[in-house]
Amino acid sequence: MRAGLLGIEPLDRTEIEAVLERAKAFQPAQNQPFVKLDTLRGKMIVNLFFEASTRTRTSFEIAARRLGADAISITAAGSSLAKGESLVDTLNTLAAMRPDAIVMRHSASGAPHFLARHLPIPIINAGDGTHEHPTQALLDARTILDHRPTLEGLRVAIIGDIVHSRVARSNIFLLSKFNAEIVLCGPASLAPPELARIAPGVSITYDMREAIRGADVIMMLRVQLERQQEAAFPPDEYFQFYGLRLEHLELAKPDAIVMHPGPINRGREISSEVADSQRSVILNQVENGVAVRMAVLERILG
Amino acid sequence: MPKLLIRNGRVMDPASGMDRAADVLIKSGLIVRIEPNIQATGAITFDAGGLVVAPGFIDLHTHLREPGYEHAETIETGSRAAAAGGFTSVCAMPNTRPVNDDAAVTRYILEQAERFAITNVFPVGAITENSEGERLASIGSMKAAGAVAISDDGQPVMNSRVMRRAMEFARAFDVAVIDHCEDLNLSAGGDMHEGEQSVRLGLRGIPSVAEEIMVARDLLLVELTGARLHVAHVSSARSLAMIADARRRGLPVTCEVTPHHIALCDADVVNYDSNFKMKPPLGSAADREALLEGIAAGVVDAIATDHAPHPGSEKMQEFEKCPFGVIGLETALGVALKVLVHTGRISLMRLIELFTAGPARVLGINRGRLEPGAVADLTIFDPELVWTYDVNRSCSKSKNSPFDGWTFRGGPVATVVKGRIVWQRSQERG
Repeated sequence: MRAGLLGIEPLDRTEIEAVLERAKAFQPAQNQPFVKLDTLRGKMIVNLFFEASTRTRTSFEIAARRLGADAISITAAGSSLAKGESLVDTLNTLAAMRPDAIVMRHSASGAPHFLARHLPIPIINAGDGTHEHPTQALLDARTILDHRPTLEGLRVAIIGDIVHSRVARSNIFLLSKFNAEIVLCGPASLAPPELARIAPGVSITYDMREAIRGADVIMMLRVQLERQQEAAFPPDEYFQFYGLRLEHLELAKPDAIVMHPGPINRGREISSEVADSQRSVILNQVENGVAVRMAVLERILG
Repeated sequence: MPKLLIRNGRVMDPASGMDRAADVLIKSGLIVRIEPNIQATGAITFDAGGLVVAPGFIDLHTHLREPGYEHAETIETGSRAAAAGGFTSVCAMPNTRPVNDDAAVTRYILEQAERFAITNVFPVGAITENSEGERLASIGSMKAAGAVAISDDGQPVMNSRVMRRAMEFARAFDVAVIDHCEDLNLSAGGDMHEGEQSVRLGLRGIPSVAEEIMVARDLLLVELTGARLHVAHVSSARSLAMIADARRRGLPVTCEVTPHHIALCDADVVNYDSNFKMKPPLGSAADREALLEGIAAGVVDAIATDHAPHPGSEKMQEFEKCPFGVIGLETALGVALKVLVHTGRISLMRLIELFTAGPARVLGINRGRLEPGAVADLTIFDPELVWTYDVNRSCSKSKNSPFDGWTFRGGPVATVVKGRIVWQRSQERG
């Protein structure tokens, strides 16, 4: 991982396990104030966010600072990125700044891969288009492991707009490496059959009840209206057929957990009752975001 | 012009079936004699010992970008790349600026070619004005000015009524209609072939049916109008099956495939390298296999490059922003030998036919054969030469090739256009 983190797909299992194990050490201890470390003192990390993001960006910033690194964030609004600067010009500017690592979010799939081909600096993908969001999958795995002893053999339902979801892809690649049973569910236009072939252990159903039956983990995805070229489903029917409600939880394992990468659309893909229920681990996910990103930064730059 | 004597070559001419050791004597731009041991005093001699002497290769599908996009390619640089690939003739696609949609533009291209091109340039006229798909272009006067076919390549005619009228018109003038078959509504927003790999990479897909629907439509319109249809760069197994069926029924339909569609497939699109982004997109492995089989079965008439130069600045972007297209003139023979002849799928003679008599037949032009009296366009290649393609040394102005760094067995050695050697492989390129 020293060359950066572009996606989960190319990682091997032991590397993922190492990050997840290390992240555990960075989880917040009960009521203990966090002690700032100096592991990455003198290192400069540039957070380059071409797309709006609150939780991922701040979580990377906090992670960098807790490790003693200097973190600066460049976001699209108010920067040259928004003024139509091309990716190759941004690349040249960045090369001149000589950061030790670049954390990058971009609306185009493969944009960090493009940067990585041309810059000798580790690139950490913080979400590229509809491709991957590797640190999200790592923090999701950390969160699952806080509630289950192993990922091995778990039944995980991923529900919603799969085809446009980088969170789904990274989770599919990760969970598959641990032999989880992954059931994808969404309207046919958002869950094409080819998805079942991108990794072992993946199946697709268009029936939400079928997907949730016996699940250990229910991952809901945000409906990404901004990425759809045209209405891929009748919007008023979405919640009726693919929104998670309390009645669905009875079909899952008794101690099943509900996850969501956020930001959630209450009443669109998930009901408020579920989002705020005991089953929901959405806030644990956010907490683990910092811990996992610390582990990733340390592994790449430490 | 002094006489040119090409000695000791293996002369291969698919049109006549000739395959023998012979000399070729050329005078005033025409082939005079083809026979062993010709004595010609005062002739410049070229020793073709160990080399194949074939009719000049014809590329049915070249984007020379002039007029209008000279930063990407010019008639001069494009023709140099063509000659370096063994091509003596290229068909210049009309999507220039202005579009080649009337006789003045056709004449301009031919005049520029006369001054700057080292190969023959055959302009292809547009089907509709500005390739907008609405009003028919002046097809008759473009043909009179020298256009060899019509096409709205890249911006295909979506309106079936307009296409019907164009075919009726083309039939009257006996020009082939070359169609880039793509339903623009189905392909809109797509960046690569829709399939497992597009889903894996999170790139928007172009479904195969985008091509197939238009092939089906065009074949029905051929039945209605009797026009000659040439389907450009076929990429899908089902498209080819429909074309094969139409040919069995005797319809006047021809087709071409590109080197990249028979050498690569969608699984080769890795790491978001825009040199693998083109239209139609690289199909599935099964599509590629069907194209290879179609070539062997004789369903395919020509290998055409779809040489589409784009400067580095346009290809140095996010994959989804990069324009479609790759260059291909210099690698066409090497790639075709590799995937077709070295694999034993077709004979060397059949391969040469795909570059010569095949495309000449598609256009209905009197080229692509070796016989006394014919224009002396010749491609001389070494079937055993081992060479590596370095795109940075390309004659093209643009460097967008998926074959950079590939090593080939067999490549062009000299290109003769109208009796003159216009390009020769230098020793150090070897």
